[in-house]
Amino acid sequence: MSQIVIQNGQLIDPANQINRLANVYIADGKVVSVTDEPVGFKADTVIDAQNKIVCPGFIDLSTRLREPGHSRKATFLSETVAAAKSGITTLCLHPDTQPVIDTPAVAELIKELAKKANYPQIYPIAALTRALEGTELSSMLTLKQAGCVAVGHANRPVKNLLILRRAMEYAASHDLLFMCRPNDYWLGNNGCAHEGAFSTRYGLPSIPEAAETIALDQSLELAELTGCRVHFGQLSCRRSVIKIHQAKKYGLQVSADVAMHQLHLTENDIVPFDSNYHVLPPLRTVADQQYLRQGLASGTINSICSDHQPHDLDAKLGAFPETEPGISALETILPLMLQLVTEGVIALDQGIAALTANPARVLRIESGALTVGFNADVCVFDPNADWQVNADNWKSRGINTPFWGRTLKGQVTHTLQAGQLIYSLK
Amino acid sequence: MSHNLQLNSEGKLKHFLSIEGLPKELLTEILDVAESFVGMNDQQIKKVPLLRGKTIVNLFFENSTRTRTTFELAAKRLSADVLSMSIATSSTSKGESLLDTIRNLEAMFVDMFVVRHAISGAAHFIAQQTAPHISVINAGDGQHAHPTQAMLDMFTIRQVKKDFSQLKVAIIGDILHSRVARSQIQALNTLGVPEVRVIAPKTLLPAHVESLGVKVSHNLTAGLKDVDVVIMLRLQKERMTSALLPSESEYFKCFGLTEEKLKIAKPDAIVMHPGPINRGVEIESRVADGPQSVILKQVSNGIAIRMAVMAMAMQKPGVLL
Repeated sequence: MSQIVIQNGQLIDPANQINRLANVYIADGKVVSVTDEPVGFKADTVIDAQNKIVCPGFIDLSTRLREPGHSRKATFLSETVAAAKSGITTLCLHPDTQPVIDTPAVAELIKELAKKANYPQIYPIAALTRALEGTELSSMLTLKQAGCVAVGHANRPVKNLLILRRAMEYAASHDLLFMCRPNDYWLGNNGCAHEGAFSTRYGLPSIPEAAETIALDQSLELAELTGCRVHFGQLSCRRSVIKIHQAKKYGLQVSADVAMHQLHLTENDIVPFDSNYHVLPPLRTVADQQYLRQGLASGTINSICSDHQPHDLDAKLGAFPETEPGISALETILPLMLQLVTEGVIALDQGIAALTANPARVLRIESGALTVGFNADVCVFDPNADWQVNADNWKSRGINTPFWGRTLKGQVTHTLQAGQLIYSLK
Repeated sequence: MSHNLQLNSEGKLKHFLSIEGLPKELLTEILDVAESFVGMNDQQIKKVPLLRGKTIVNLFFENSTRTRTTFELAAKRLSADVLSMSIATSSTSKGESLLDTIRNLEAMFVDMFVVRHAISGAAHFIAQQTAPHISVINAGDGQHAHPTQAMLDMFTIRQVKKDFSQLKVAIIGDILHSRVARSQIQALNTLGVPEVRVIAPKTLLPAHVESLGVKVSHNLTAGLKDVDVVIMLRLQKERMTSALLPSESEYFKCFGLTEEKLKIAKPDAIVMHPGPINRGVEIESRVADGPQSVILKQVSNGIAIRMAVMAMAMQKPGVLL
């Protein structure tokens, strides 16, 4: 099997507390050394990482690749190419595919599609309830055995709290993580914008913070009642950060992430009626953004996800409330993380940890670190290279991003997944 | 964006989608141009050839009688060819998208769309998507804007009160769902009205209504004090069933405008309503038909304002009206 060395790069591996110039030695898909050259090592591929940063491949806790069911929007092939180009080596897939990920057959289909796309590290999140209808439990243990890394409910509601309680109890019995995007269905009121100055001015159906925080409170109460591990995803508001902080202090086994765009955009940035800003949860206020940033800096929020949702053109072509929510977000994740570093929100190794070691810890998978013996999932990037978000540089089928046309700093040059070079910048 | 979208490179009106982003001078110009058309109502031949040979399509995705009729009359008095289409349900039931409807009509060499649609932002969307020579007039989009209604209200206020700079104006009723109120508030603020109040229960107010530049009151008696202009809004019946209000009678008791309540306002206060009126729900007949009411004047002024906006949006660059 192949032997690869990535040399002369600045190695940043937060899980192992490494931040120094080092070579990474890879053999048979595994990391074999990050210090001295192993005896008898003979590299058949040499990657020069001079003036670049070498870190573990990124783990994305929240993506939609649109297959199975919506290949009109995107495919495993198109989106895994985009992920590889972005330094992402592990993807978690929400269960709201069609069919829903509620049987082992669908989980296996996803594994199959991943293999065909030559990007095997895709983890399905199993539906917590059958067909995501919120009425009957799914076969969680079978789904876990079929490779599902957690259970979740995408953006669909479990309106009956007794069913949510039972589902969380059952998940806890099998030590399954519940990935929850807190949102009260009724308070959400089919809104499309934050309940604030923007929605008031433009007469848009709005979503108050309470839609998120009340659902968060309910799930926190149920986490205590049931002993279920819960990871809260895509938090959007100030009070959510406070509640997570308190829950952790109290001793609950909870963690949280935030979508990258929430750290960079607020309702003030929305170009009126531009559907590329239509996202759920909605872009909120500057105060909310500041709390999310502080929560990330303090570790209350330990991970950043892309919340990648590629769309076809038609889905975004219409009057704002009628368009589909979501941003195509894989490819902007590195530059936007680096921007947080530039703006002094977090240190670089903290930003890398939020994309690698921390999500790995949430999922309890052997990844997100360049530990000897781990799969060699590696991202090499040039932190100073500028590139423009445009059709020439874009791989995702979805071009629905509010960052379209912007010039961003930070470009991935090489991505390795289990020792396979799945991307290199031409 | 709305600013650039509505104005051409010379800063003249191209589309009329929203009051937002339009300068005071332009709003005043609309009022002045409308003024010049008002006299026409009394002439025997109620027509000018300003838009002769132009084709205007009234595209009403939502039902309306008054707005559609006044737009139609306005277009006819400008000598344009006008086609009114009510596609409240038919196009969607056939599965045709808004965009396809527009594209098809474009292919019939239309010069202007007058659009009413139930979704906020629909007029902006059409203005962005349509061919560059076509002007779009927003005749009401969702809960966002109804700028010609707001301008005819401003016109009516100016007719009676002459000057905006000393006025106190109260808007009463369902602000939350009202595109009229949003446009009125923006127009009143732009034209320099020093105090705009909104009076409604919390369930009928947007959460951050004060960010629009208004004072908020939940009490009609307190809110009407010293007011020069009282604007009543229509209350939709479905607000009762969606748990926003307990009953019509309780609403009338709290927020209905009666002769007695009107006495709290200034003695020369005028009463306005964009129509259609729910007599006995938001306003009693004695007020609606009383001496302080200018409700029918609003309707007549609607024609002149719509003529002004249409003529201005269609004028060729460099040519003065």
